[in-house]
Amino acid sequence: MSPKDSHPSDELRDGPGLNEDETCRRLERTWGTAPGLWGWLTTVDHKLIGRRYIVTGFVFFLLGGILALLMRLQLAQPEGTLVGPDRYNQIFSMHGTTMMFLFAVPIMEAMAVYLVPLMVGTRNIAFPRLNAFSYWVYLAGGIMLYVAFLLNTGPEAGWFSYVPLSGPEYSPGKRTDFWAQMITFTEVAALAVAVEVIVTVLKMRAPGMSLNRVPLFVWSMLVTSFMVVFAMPSIMLASSFLIMDRLIGTHFFNPAEGGDPLLWQHLFWFFGHPEVYIIFLPALGMVSSIVAAMARRPVFGHLPMVLALIATAFLGFGLWVHHMFATGLPRLGVSYFTAASMMIAIPSGIQIFCWIATLWDGQPQWRTPLLFVVGFVVIFVLGGLTGVMLASVPFDQQVHDTYFVVAHFHYVLIGGAVFPLFGAFYFWFPKITGRMLSERLGRWNFGLFFVGFNVAFFPMHLLGMVGMPRRVYTYPAELGWAGMNLTATIGALMIAAGVALFIVNVLVSLRGGRIAGPNPWGAGTLEWATSSPPPSYNFAHIPVVEGLEPLWDSRGRLPVVHGLRVEEREVLLTTVVDAHPDLREPSPRPTIWPLLSALAITVLFIGSIFTPSAVVWGSIPLAVGLIGWFWPKRSRTPTEPVVES
Amino acid sequence: MERNFVRDVSHLPTHGHGPSNLTWWGTIGFILIEGFAFVLAGFTYLYLMMQFQHWPPGMPPPELLWGTLMTVLLVLSLAPNVWAKRMAEREDVPRSRIAVLVMLAIGVLTLVIRWFEFTVLNVLWDSNAYGSIIWTILGLHTLHLVTDVGDTAVLAVLILTKHGKDPRRLGDVTDNAMYWNFVVAAWVPIYALLYLLPRAV
Repeated sequence: MSPKDSHPSDELRDGPGLNEDETCRRLERTWGTAPGLWGWLTTVDHKLIGRRYIVTGFVFFLLGGILALLMRLQLAQPEGTLVGPDRYNQIFSMHGTTMMFLFAVPIMEAMAVYLVPLMVGTRNIAFPRLNAFSYWVYLAGGIMLYVAFLLNTGPEAGWFSYVPLSGPEYSPGKRTDFWAQMITFTEVAALAVAVEVIVTVLKMRAPGMSLNRVPLFVWSMLVTSFMVVFAMPSIMLASSFLIMDRLIGTHFFNPAEGGDPLLWQHLFWFFGHPEVYIIFLPALGMVSSIVAAMARRPVFGHLPMVLALIATAFLGFGLWVHHMFATGLPRLGVSYFTAASMMIAIPSGIQIFCWIATLWDGQPQWRTPLLFVVGFVVIFVLGGLTGVMLASVPFDQQVHDTYFVVAHFHYVLIGGAVFPLFGAFYFWFPKITGRMLSERLGRWNFGLFFVGFNVAFFPMHLLGMVGMPRRVYTYPAELGWAGMNLTATIGALMIAAGVALFIVNVLVSLRGGRIAGPNPWGAGTLEWATSSPPPSYNFAHIPVVEGLEPLWDSRGRLPVVHGLRVEEREVLLTTVVDAHPDLREPSPRPTIWPLLSALAITVLFIGSIFTPSAVVWGSIPLAVGLIGWFWPKRSRTPTEPVVES
Repeated sequence: MERNFVRDVSHLPTHGHGPSNLTWWGTIGFILIEGFAFVLAGFTYLYLMMQFQHWPPGMPPPELLWGTLMTVLLVLSLAPNVWAKRMAEREDVPRSRIAVLVMLAIGVLTLVIRWFEFTVLNVLWDSNAYGSIIWTILGLHTLHLVTDVGDTAVLAVLILTKHGKDPRRLGDVTDNAMYWNFVVAAWVPIYALLYLLPRAV
């Protein structure tokens, strides 16, 4: 019998012909992760990997926070003696590196890994094994950096590791090499997730979810993923040049042999500025999800919101030189970057006003997630204002490398990303765990964080204007900076108390929180159509989307498609623009090979810090790992004959 | 929440070509990433060139023979490559097998030529920034050649054994052909940068 003649009806499929309990039981057997350690190591379920990614990112947030507290305690009074200058260099470098590379980008992508497949209504993420691989590589890179730090080999040249300070002459030893390889680890992980998210969004959306019905959070992750694709190669190239200059004697950044230190700054900031938006755009998506659910109406101006996201992404690539105003670049170029930097206020403004309009027109429920959104708007607008100030060259040159800049980017990054992220934690915690977080603790958490944040960082504006440089481990009493520094430290302790309260809230609520049910907020997007936490297969039947907020549009009777196999992992692919059903595609089962490949690549990356030959011999186990990964596996049931279109 | 069955998808195909497939999109994603890395490496080359008064600085440019041979071979390889893609799309397994073997042979040959290219660059990576960037760009491209040859070798083993009957292997052949097109497309501007530009300035 030729495959083309076969009728596919011999296999069991979901639908009216199969009892609902039986469907769920079989789907669970097909999609479930085996219990025990083996299941844990081999799983490819996007929810388990996403959850693990989120928790790991949060642990790095706590570690970065502890480092911040150490700095604040050291600076609380003049001539502090808690930390010496060398240790202080490592601490601020580790703090920035952790927060940017090990917390902010990974945790935003982690939220996407968990949420995007649910929000577009599919059973798993695209390339689930790559997803597992991405997590293990990220984890290995983070552990490597912290082990190096604990062995007094932590990075010491700041999170952007400017040459020549980070070059072979001024940073001897292995400290900066670990930093450069940490970049390689985290960027490999981030690029993998970016490709997964792009493909999931473009090809795996539920039928009917045409591009104009894609939820704003999913849009924000799609745009972010494209930014990752174009920004990360720059930093990988730069860190490779750096490590080659340090280890095998190339001269990319060595002016004596025709290299140029400014090349580093160009390549770093061509990545580094988009990086800010890679952190910020997902947060905007989270805010949109929260605002729509809390106001009980779709976000006002869906199309301008999407266009604003895309405009921000494009402008984000045209701003990098504003980090280099103090390097003496030609004036015309600098003026262009000033204009571009000011222009970014336009799409940001559009979004802020659209959210305000949504809340104005809706019936907002003032629950904790919305409080964090309000905190975000207030703090981010303040950070945006100082951003417009810094875009002007004379002002920038006045406060360059002072605490004013520290204040500005903490307002932008904590206000713009961490507040929405905490709002998102409160908002999606019930989906992920099945239980609500406590509202009362949540309000205290928000209050301490909000007040503490402003107490900690507002004085830094003033400190910067009176001339306190960043990255100094202490200062003499005569300069009169003690009072504001002590205030900042008190604020930092309040933030710490707020975060501690959040952890208490999580631990208490995991055991005793109110049972959430599928849709505790009465929200309209698809992740709320399934149980909390969702089953391994996400949805018993793939939903059909008829509007922007499918659960509001369907009024309790969700239209679904049927006919996917229940005995084998199968997902539905749809067309890119209109999301018409196109193919049924097998989805990979659990396997140990992504973990083995990640271990092999870890050996290669770390080995190459000590000997260039590791790149050669280290590629052998990596090749073995990848071949094992891609080698065709036997199916559990006889394979279905191929059905041709 | 109640559900309402509105459409049966069981008759949809389980296998498609090109943009219908997830792997096609995944391959495109990685081509974008790697392609942009090449672009940035090219910018670095031009940036460093501006730092020098003479380019190349005090040494002859790379000798033309092997690099030109590489260019000719890569461009000519497009013909069997496109043929491999067509045969796979037509699900002609015997011809796809031959095509994959031909592409494997060509891939190995490019690695041999690349070895000789490295011997006639007239500069070492640690001589100066010029040497650093041309060794790096050539190394980056070599990494792609090695990856694709390894990939093609595994594919050849699969398609010559019982695994070859799975139509997904033919999908792998088309994706592999697309990736090779990218490796060739990336080379042409690199050839111009490394071999022709130093002779033109």
